[in-house]
Amino acid sequence: MSFLEMLLRCVAVLVVFLVFPLVIGQTEHKVMAHMQGRLGPMYAGGFHGWAQLVADGVKFVQKEDIVPAEADRRVFQLAPAVALLPYLVVLLAIPVGPGGFVGQAIDAGIFFVLAVMGIGVLGSLMAGWASANKFSLLGGLRTAAQLMAYELPMLLAAASVAMAAGTLSLPGILEQFEWWWVPWQIVGAFVFFVAGLAELQRPPFDMPVADSEIIFGAYTEYTGIRFAFFLLSEYAGILVISALTTVLFLGGWHGPLPDQLGWLWTVLKTFALALVVIWLRVTFPRLREDQLMRFAWTTLIPLALAQLALTGIVKVAIA
Amino acid sequence: MLAAAGPLEPAARSFLSPTGVEIVFLLVGVAVLGAALLTVTTRQLVHAALWLVVALGGLAVEFLLLTAEFIAWVQVLIYLGSVVVLVLFGLMLTKAPIGRSPDADSGNRWAALAVGLAAAATLVTLVVDAFRTSWIDLGAGAGSTRATGEYLFRHWVLPFEALSVLLLAALVGAIVLSRRDGENKPKPRPGKLRAGKPVGTTRER
Repeated sequence: MSFLEMLLRCVAVLVVFLVFPLVIGQTEHKVMAHMQGRLGPMYAGGFHGWAQLVADGVKFVQKEDIVPAEADRRVFQLAPAVALLPYLVVLLAIPVGPGGFVGQAIDAGIFFVLAVMGIGVLGSLMAGWASANKFSLLGGLRTAAQLMAYELPMLLAAASVAMAAGTLSLPGILEQFEWWWVPWQIVGAFVFFVAGLAELQRPPFDMPVADSEIIFGAYTEYTGIRFAFFLLSEYAGILVISALTTVLFLGGWHGPLPDQLGWLWTVLKTFALALVVIWLRVTFPRLREDQLMRFAWTTLIPLALAQLALTGIVKVAIA
Repeated sequence: MLAAAGPLEPAARSFLSPTGVEIVFLLVGVAVLGAALLTVTTRQLVHAALWLVVALGGLAVEFLLLTAEFIAWVQVLIYLGSVVVLVLFGLMLTKAPIGRSPDADSGNRWAALAVGLAAAATLVTLVVDAFRTSWIDLGAGAGSTRATGEYLFRHWVLPFEALSVLLLAALVGAIVLSRRDGENKPKPRPGKLRAGKPVGTTRER
């Protein structure tokens, strides 16, 4: 791979990173507006309020960028970037279509993706501590506890797929994929997707940012563009989790169309999952902190372990 | 593991004509050293933990440059994603103050410096002496996940299993210790409003 090609691929991933999360954000505006009968987001710009997201963007940019006097300036300002960048790096490794249609093929893809996504938690911790606000600190601690708790079921579910395919490489897994993997790994898919939702702190797992109790947790003191970065990292996270679930459990580019259009399947499945994420936000009430932790340790982890055992048994039976 | 990284050849190349990878390796090394120094010299506790993140991340980059992909990702997953997060978690639970902590200074700093220097000197001497004239060819795939996995599970499977038994023992030990603490504590008395009896056994009859 020449240097120029590498650069081109990186730029392509950057463009996807800048566009797709905004598309998901726009979808969320509209879907929420319809599901909850909200009138506000349906006005700006005319037809179904298409300009609402633009208006939001302008609003965020206009707002004053405030750093609290008692805050730790440098850490406070750096935190949004630390929260956002891991998702960009992860996007590099997600395969979109067959035949090397991927940012950068990485040998131990699953491992890389899960390792890098684990760094995002540092952003929330930094934000929570550097704000010098007790609600922020509380939110930061809750975030960290939640992310540590849900990292394990996620890793176990991903390990089950890696075991089934006999490889850690994401394109490699898709090359091994057969249609009956979907029912075989369905429990793992559920665990992975739900744990991913919790990692993103999306409702119903949004205890750390609970806006009505600890007023947006780690992000209480953030305004303007830095707050927008945290929101953007949430939407980029939706994109990454949906794409990863697609690749690991739903067969990525496989579907009833010729190989040249494989990327279309990946994109379609990813957006269908993103829609599910939005749907869950609109319809589910928030879990309490103890329910949240109990759900991870007593439901998701046993399910993931059962899926691992099942994968092992089927794998031995086939071999 | 060394054999996985390719044959050890006598130095056909000179140390004075470094390749691009070597230059980057040295630069990242300098950055890691700087971050490590800041970690131990800064007076702000949380900053020390954050500089530790930079130092460990730099080490992951060094592993990558040595083509040891898998080790690099393990470094990121375990050290950056878990250990440092736990350290930060602990610091924040103790309400690490923003700004300088006067008690963050240790009186043992000169002893620590001496021990650190001695350890570094020993390691550097050892490595230089062992690999003085050898040159590891870092071809593509030499330290890949595949090579690492094959070596780990063919040649080193017994130490690997012994290590996992050790970790399991530590885990069980931690659980046992924390349980015993719980038993010795007096049980909290039930509050007046929440008597032990089921609701509706006394009042309604």
